[in-house]
Amino acid sequence: MQEALNVADYVDEQKFFCPQEEDIEAELLDDDSIWSSLKGMLKKNKLAAVSLAIIIIVIFMAVFAPWVAPYDPNFQDVENLRFAAPSVQHWLGCDELGRDVFSRLIFGSRVSLVIGLVPTIIAMTIGTVMGLMAGFLGKRVDFVIMRFADIVLAFPSLLLAMVVMYTLGASLINIFIALSIVKWAGTARIVRAQTLSLKEKEFVEAARSVGVKKWTIMTRHILPNCIPNLIVLFSLNIPDSIMSESSLSFLGIGAVPPSTSWGLMVYRGKQYLFNYPWLALAPGVAILIVVLAFNFLGDGVRDALDPYLKD
Amino acid sequence: MTQAVLEKNGEVQAVKGDLLEVDHVVKEFKVAAGFRKSAAVVHAVSDVSFTIKEGETLAMVGESGCGKSTMGRLILKLLEPTEGAIRFEGQDLDKLTGEAMRHIRKKMQIIFQDPYASLNPRMTVFQIIAEPLVTHNMFATKQETEDRVRELLKIVGIRPEFINRYPHQFSGGQRQRIGIARALALNPKLVVCDEPVSALDVSIQAQILNLLHDLQKDMKLTYLFISHDLGVVRYISDRVCVMFLGKLCEIGNTEDIFKNPIHPYTKFLLAAVPKPDPHLRRENKSLLIGEMPSPVNPPGGCRFHTRCPYMTERCSSEEPQMRELQGRMVACHNAENLRIQ
Repeated sequence: MQEALNVADYVDEQKFFCPQEEDIEAELLDDDSIWSSLKGMLKKNKLAAVSLAIIIIVIFMAVFAPWVAPYDPNFQDVENLRFAAPSVQHWLGCDELGRDVFSRLIFGSRVSLVIGLVPTIIAMTIGTVMGLMAGFLGKRVDFVIMRFADIVLAFPSLLLAMVVMYTLGASLINIFIALSIVKWAGTARIVRAQTLSLKEKEFVEAARSVGVKKWTIMTRHILPNCIPNLIVLFSLNIPDSIMSESSLSFLGIGAVPPSTSWGLMVYRGKQYLFNYPWLALAPGVAILIVVLAFNFLGDGVRDALDPYLKD
Repeated sequence: MTQAVLEKNGEVQAVKGDLLEVDHVVKEFKVAAGFRKSAAVVHAVSDVSFTIKEGETLAMVGESGCGKSTMGRLILKLLEPTEGAIRFEGQDLDKLTGEAMRHIRKKMQIIFQDPYASLNPRMTVFQIIAEPLVTHNMFATKQETEDRVRELLKIVGIRPEFINRYPHQFSGGQRQRIGIARALALNPKLVVCDEPVSALDVSIQAQILNLLHDLQKDMKLTYLFISHDLGVVRYISDRVCVMFLGKLCEIGNTEDIFKNPIHPYTKFLLAAVPKPDPHLRRENKSLLIGEMPSPVNPPGGCRFHTRCPYMTERCSSEEPQMRELQGRMVACHNAENLRIQ
């Protein structure tokens, strides 16, 4: 009631007619920042909230692995614990060398998470910059960047990564480099396509007509409108990176034993899948859970940041 | 602020003359065809000349695809003309670059048709309206910029408290007001209104038109009003130019043209306006037959001759030039004869 009175007062002092219903309608919508809309999303979207919790727990375990893990991941007891079944002492059993699978899983998450995150971030940053430039500047810049991207995409990505790994040698940094080289092109294509459609939008024309500089248009008008897609892409790229690392490990050019990663554990456990299934299943399920968690969280964040989907 | 506007206006009146001069402007777009085929050329604007006087509203009417929006974008140098020159206050826009062009951009702004596409959905109202101010370093502090944005919001009839809202929280009419506020931020002289009300409800249309009308009086604005709604055009404009397939047919004072159209295309355009009287509906309804010819391959001679019922042999071979007739400019070979009919 009080609200309506205020609006009426206001209309009186207005120089121009101010439609009342429109004002009241706008009044009902809360002020929203990015953070408050993310919080609201987590409250409504339970799946995303659970996913976020899982990701936080996994990251926590990876960071504090030496304190969380019940055993030394590299301690072997071949005589007593070879292929020990899951028990109260060893929750996920032991592997062919009598090492505790649960402890190895926790330590392996360090490599897997880092490899999931770091090359994805590097590759997507490069891809976004390339895609923006190709789409917005067009012409020769577009041609050069996109033909380069086509070459990368035409190559089997694993093969390309292998070539890089063999040339540079097996190490964590080199995995980052290899996966970044393989992955930037996909992001570049998606960002370019978005940029092409966004740069024809009238708000970009408005900015140009005012005399806003190209770089500012790219960063202030086009990039923020690509973010929802980039978030989804990010959540899809993380599992992809984890899987690529697994493949590289399997080929002997990824994580080097005795240090381990989830991918390496799956491939090692595969040999014993029928007799001792927990060796491959435990890291496999771990990958599945983390991958799904990133996907659901990405979905939720995308929806929360999309101004058109609100309410 | 009012004083500043008045002062500026005083200056301008001393300068005298046309604010904008469009001089034989041609705009062609190359359409990439397939392999081996040579690219097709769309003749969006062909040899158009007109002037806009200080403080007037020139309406540009014509059906969809006739090149009127392209013309608006050419004037703002969002597109470069293929041939011809556009002069703003006597300066050829084609020859201006860098800082000089940025200076001119301050004086020309645009209001778009679609209030949903013309505001960046990820920027707040403050960011949207402040962008022109920040780009041209109008104010030293954020507080001054914010004060100006609030003032602009008040001028266009949006509550200044909504300064931190996002565009999606407003209705179409309110968004259009925000777009208008952005266009006014730098105190422009010329505002190109590219169908500013055609995406709005009729009730909101009237509000926005009144707003534009009042702003013109208060801020001494000059409008190029692009529209296909002839009722709106008659209400708001001082002069009208009618465009068909990239060419001008007729330019003149609004009342002259509405009361006594000379060019056959103008006649048909006006005849097609629905009349609110049911008794008049069936009678005298001469509608134009046929489709608009393709701008990729426009007909020779008069571009309208394929659809014109008054077509003579001369029309298909010789292109009519703009000439003065009864206090206006018309491009039609048979203009005098048509008047008798």
